Amino acid sequence: MIGRYALRFGALGYLAFLLLLPVGLVFYRTFEHGVAPAWDAVTSPQALHALWLTLLIAAVAVPLNTLFGVTLAISLVRHRFPGRGLVNAVVDLPVALSPVVVGLSLYLLYGTGGWLGGLAGHGIKILFALPGMILATIFVSLPFVVREVVPVLREIGTDQEQAAETLGATPFTTFRRITLPAIRWAVCYGVILTTARAIGEFGAVSIVSGRIEGKTETLPLYVQSQFEGFNTTGAFAASVVLALIALATVVAMRMFRPGGEAS
Amino acid sequence: MGTSAVALSRREAVLSRAGGGIARGIAIGYLSVIVLVPMAALVWASRSQGMGTFWNEVTKPEAWSALKLTLGISVLVAAFNALTGTAIAWVLVRDSFPGKGFVNAVIDLPFALPTIVAGLVLLELYGPNSPFGVNLAFQRAGIVLALLFVTLPFVVRAVQPVLLELDREMEEAAESLGAGRFAVFRRIVFPNLLPAVLSGVALAFARAVGEFGSVVLISGNIPFKTEVSSVYIAGQVESDNPAGAAAVSVVLLLISLAVLLLIGAFRHWRTRHDR
Repeated sequence: MIGRYALRFGALGYLAFLLLLPVGLVFYRTFEHGVAPAWDAVTSPQALHALWLTLLIAAVAVPLNTLFGVTLAISLVRHRFPGRGLVNAVVDLPVALSPVVVGLSLYLLYGTGGWLGGLAGHGIKILFALPGMILATIFVSLPFVVREVVPVLREIGTDQEQAAETLGATPFTTFRRITLPAIRWAVCYGVILTTARAIGEFGAVSIVSGRIEGKTETLPLYVQSQFEGFNTTGAFAASVVLALIALATVVAMRMFRPGGEAS
Repeated sequence: MGTSAVALSRREAVLSRAGGGIARGIAIGYLSVIVLVPMAALVWASRSQGMGTFWNEVTKPEAWSALKLTLGISVLVAAFNALTGTAIAWVLVRDSFPGKGFVNAVIDLPFALPTIVAGLVLLELYGPNSPFGVNLAFQRAGIVLALLFVTLPFVVRAVQPVLLELDREMEEAAESLGAGRFAVFRRIVFPNLLPAVLSGVALAFARAVGEFGSVVLISGNIPFKTEVSSVYIAGQVESDNPAGAAAVSVVLLLISLAVLLLIGAFRHWRTRHDR
């Protein structure tokens, strides 16, 4: 009995000091002098621009990764093709790789002297501009939809899809009426993870953006620049916005978790 | 596939296969543009001035010291996660207490919270302005703390489903045969959890090696003392030494690939009875 309580309070105490206190502190520090200074800080033009840019990048990266994630998952599970093992491995890479390395690889590819560095001379600016930041965000948030959809596709098998095809359904109808309804919750869960990662990404975007204030600064980059510029109110106010998005994400993750309440 | 091919007319079959092929081609093209080409550019850049330069950059005292620190701390953090993560998963599955659902949900917070926010808050809580009087800023302990925060979910979320599915009859049988609680855990539960624990630990290790946002503020980035590899790479980019940044990055890339291979092996091991 004592062992059980010791384990319970040990685990919960660890979580309290590591997780809950820090997150509670963001809110406390932001609002300790009232709501007005915090509100002024998040509605400053620079902060609003950073928020807008963050949402814009997510609005491009998430749909693209969803579309290609579902396509890739179907290809990986339903088809045999040369290089399938390689594709499978490459999909996981962004999870295990440092975001700084991701940022650097794009920096080297699109920067001066890089293979695609010549694009800048033709008026296509990728590095230190929006396209580079979008590419970095797509890279780091790439695996989530694929990884959620693949196990579900494996589990449902191909019986229903084959039956539909036998009855004369076109591949598109089969996908829309059979496959998509089966994988839709997995897709939703993947989209939630992708969005959270896209909004919060720091390391990769930090390197490719050049961190030009008011131009290529996303909300996480804004947090750092405000903190380093000794504007802690601004840093914490922006952090609260990001923490609220994170809390909403956690709630959404509970609602869409594969397997329901079980895990 | 066999039955459908019979049912479809020849033309439709050809069209559908072509459609699937095109979709697959586009998806793989996307993957190449986003991931493979940048990775190739990185490896190429690291070797463009020859293997000698590559090796010099990796073994430069500052780079080498950052790599050693990164690996050492990551091993420590991963090992600690094996213990705490398994304990937390155990409490969440086998114990029951009010607010368990809330605690279970909170585990995902480090996945959802932007790393820079985590770094900022940990610095505020365990830095110079700490309300507890614990100042870990600009020390290795601060890095460990930040890494424990961001890697928390990996082992918990890997172990939890396995623990849920574990058949308790085996444990009851062992207990009825006179095994003590510790013996039951060591002989029955632990061997069943091990592959999941190791996968979680491997992911936590990979994350710790590459982590940047949560570490950059609290570590203070003091060379030879608290500078980890990801921060070193970012610093080399800023001081215009892309060759040095690329060389260390390739080392991190190789570590990531090795970890992914290892995780694949653990997955193979875990599902060996299903096949």
